[in-house]
Amino acid sequence: MRTTASCAGFAALVMYWPIHAQVTFERIANATREPQNWLSYSGTVDNQRYSRLEQINTRTVGKLDLQWVWQARSLEKFEATALVVDGILYTVQAPNDVVALDAETGRVFWTYHHEPAPEGRPCCGRVNRGLAILGDTLYMGTIDAHLLAIDAKSGKLVWDSVVADAKKNYSITMSPNVFKDKVIVGTGGGDMGIRGYIAAFDAKTGREAWRFYTIPGPGEPGHDSWSGESWRTGGAAVWNAAAYDPETNLGFWGTGNPAPDWDGSSRLGDNLYSNSVVALDVDTGELKWHYQFTPHDELDYDSTQVPVLADIDWRGTPRKVMLWANRNGILYVLDRTTGALITGKPYVEHNWFGGFDANGRLLRKPGMDINKEPKLFKPHVHGAINWAPTSFSPRTGLYYVSHWENSGIVAMEGAFPQPVGVNRRQTGMGQVNLEPFFNNDEEAYGVIRAYDPDTLDAKWEYRMADITWAGVLTTAGDLVFGGGREGYFLALDARTGELLWRESLGGQINSAPMSYSVNGRQYVAIAAGSSLFSFALPSE
Amino acid sequence: MNRFAAAALLLAAGVATRAAAQHATAFDVEDGKRVYQQSCANCHGPDGNLIAGIDFGRGAFRRAFTDDELSRLIIAGIPNTPMPPNPTMSVEQAARVVDYLRSMGEGRETAADGDAARGRSLFQGKGECSDCHAVRGEGSRVGPDLTSIGLVRRAGEIERSLLDPEAEVQPENRFYKVSPKSGEPVVGRLLNRDTFTVQLLDLDERLRSFRMADLRAHGFDGTPMPPARDKLSTQEIADVVSYLSSLRGTAE
Repeated sequence: MRTTASCAGFAALVMYWPIHAQVTFERIANATREPQNWLSYSGTVDNQRYSRLEQINTRTVGKLDLQWVWQARSLEKFEATALVVDGILYTVQAPNDVVALDAETGRVFWTYHHEPAPEGRPCCGRVNRGLAILGDTLYMGTIDAHLLAIDAKSGKLVWDSVVADAKKNYSITMSPNVFKDKVIVGTGGGDMGIRGYIAAFDAKTGREAWRFYTIPGPGEPGHDSWSGESWRTGGAAVWNAAAYDPETNLGFWGTGNPAPDWDGSSRLGDNLYSNSVVALDVDTGELKWHYQFTPHDELDYDSTQVPVLADIDWRGTPRKVMLWANRNGILYVLDRTTGALITGKPYVEHNWFGGFDANGRLLRKPGMDINKEPKLFKPHVHGAINWAPTSFSPRTGLYYVSHWENSGIVAMEGAFPQPVGVNRRQTGMGQVNLEPFFNNDEEAYGVIRAYDPDTLDAKWEYRMADITWAGVLTTAGDLVFGGGREGYFLALDARTGELLWRESLGGQINSAPMSYSVNGRQYVAIAAGSSLFSFALPSE
Repeated sequence: MNRFAAAALLLAAGVATRAAAQHATAFDVEDGKRVYQQSCANCHGPDGNLIAGIDFGRGAFRRAFTDDELSRLIIAGIPNTPMPPNPTMSVEQAARVVDYLRSMGEGRETAADGDAARGRSLFQGKGECSDCHAVRGEGSRVGPDLTSIGLVRRAGEIERSLLDPEAEVQPENRFYKVSPKSGEPVVGRLLNRDTFTVQLLDLDERLRSFRMADLRAHGFDGTPMPPARDKLSTQEIADVVSYLSSLRGTAE
């Protein structure tokens, strides 16, 4: 009886588009009408990563069973979130092979292989976070900084546009975004001295339509936030998916750290628009507003988390907000129309937060500067989170974040005391030394927490032994799906945090879950190790 | 012992006579064709006649005439010309390319001279070719994409495929028919098949996957392409051949 009831609820929710119709932007922007599909990186353009499917719910999740496994022929981290369009699942085998699978069985229809140029060597793995789709065409950024259009039915190349020069350390690891008739992608390489930008391409022809540099050039507002020539190689890379607000026609991108990462002496100033969110008109690329989370960062506090948009009653007042659990350990609620700070406070143990000034600018506690004196920082350079997607459930009104607690001692010594290779803790990320990397290995641990946007307090916490790089998914079945480096894929009660189900997948989870359905049956998919796993309730 | 000695003698004889390539097998020619298409056709063209004074199909060479001379030239290249060396190519591979060059005269001629512009109209109209084939993104995905067919097939081969589509079908272009236990049979280009499932691109350009357990019957199906003579005259076929031979990739 329970199964019948939940199936009926599921059927009532689904609006069926013509079978195998093309994926228009209208469908992408209204993806909540077809929860059987997952048409963009987060499922919807507001990035809530919330599935309206409810067949798998708090009552049934205990029966969840593995349906298929697809093993990628790759030893890179599997970071991609799959797309699902009318029963076909599309994903990326790292570094840059596009694969079309039967979403019911995991069997391969076709594989498109891209051989990246050898110069495509990002800082942190030859990874890819996924695809975008428009019409019958898939779009993928490559680690040698191309944007490819692939026919979704035949798996053949439609066009190949060069976004940036891989020889100059540019790369693309993010899933592109389709906003209206354009495919928009950002450039990675911020730890390696690029000048980051976001570029839009005509979806049909691959011609570049506009470009926005995340570091202003001479004469542009914000250029004076960089000393000397540091703006030319200041980083501010863009390597994670954007959000879109159809009411304002704005796209929202998070930007990465300034370069060199851990030594700000050569780049004095706030270093705009590093560690920021930039709001751009998606038709023109014009900057409408920005908010900088960490001015003049020296702790590698990338703000490349996925922006989450929500319309909520914030402390009793309807607000159009942006929720942001930042790597710097502070949880923000922004007004997404103006970029104004509504509220913000630490969501992990924090020892340098000095509040905000009248303009919402972050302040450090006096004495918590980075210099030759070793100091304990909470959190330290790993921050509280990296790029893992978060989730907002409109059912519970809570914001779900998978992150960690940690601390470390930081001392900037101005020069490497020993050659690289002798001191294994030093990197090429700046003329600094960090010792030790973790203050106490046992202190660091991972959590999934449910935050109340009103108070920014956690309603509950699910604690893990190891830190986690996995994102979270919430569903209309009042579930939170997540996982971690321990390799467990797990489901929690979205209201209480109670563990309801878990499965060991035998490999680290470095991606975020998603959900889809085919022929009325709901699946939840997650990548772990080198493989993609899909779970469903047992069939009748 | 005698038997081994005889076998060794035969092997030695085989090696000795290989260089002369007196009797190239169909496999040798096919192997040579693959290498030719990958390494040579870009400059020499699919018919081997794009460079002035050279026409492989008619035995017209400039600098080398015997098989051995040709093999050496393929490996060493020609200094101060666009002909590059191929240092990674073995003597055996070069000999197979020569086998292919020697075979190129066969089947290059078509029945009549065609008009490529008329052929394009026929391809998109009366011939109904674009119902199954795409050129530069226009047309269907069901059959092979023909955007670059002029780079990899000679006119005679194209004509043969038009006249007798069933004669030679590449493995990736085979059609498969599945008959579900409930529902209508489905025909499509076979993409993948394993013990338990089969994946097709069906005639409506949909990706379809079937569990073997749900099927009443399944197996290879003939090509859905009709012989060109069903629709086109001899001259019209020549026009289409001329058009297809002109297709050399995405650039106009």
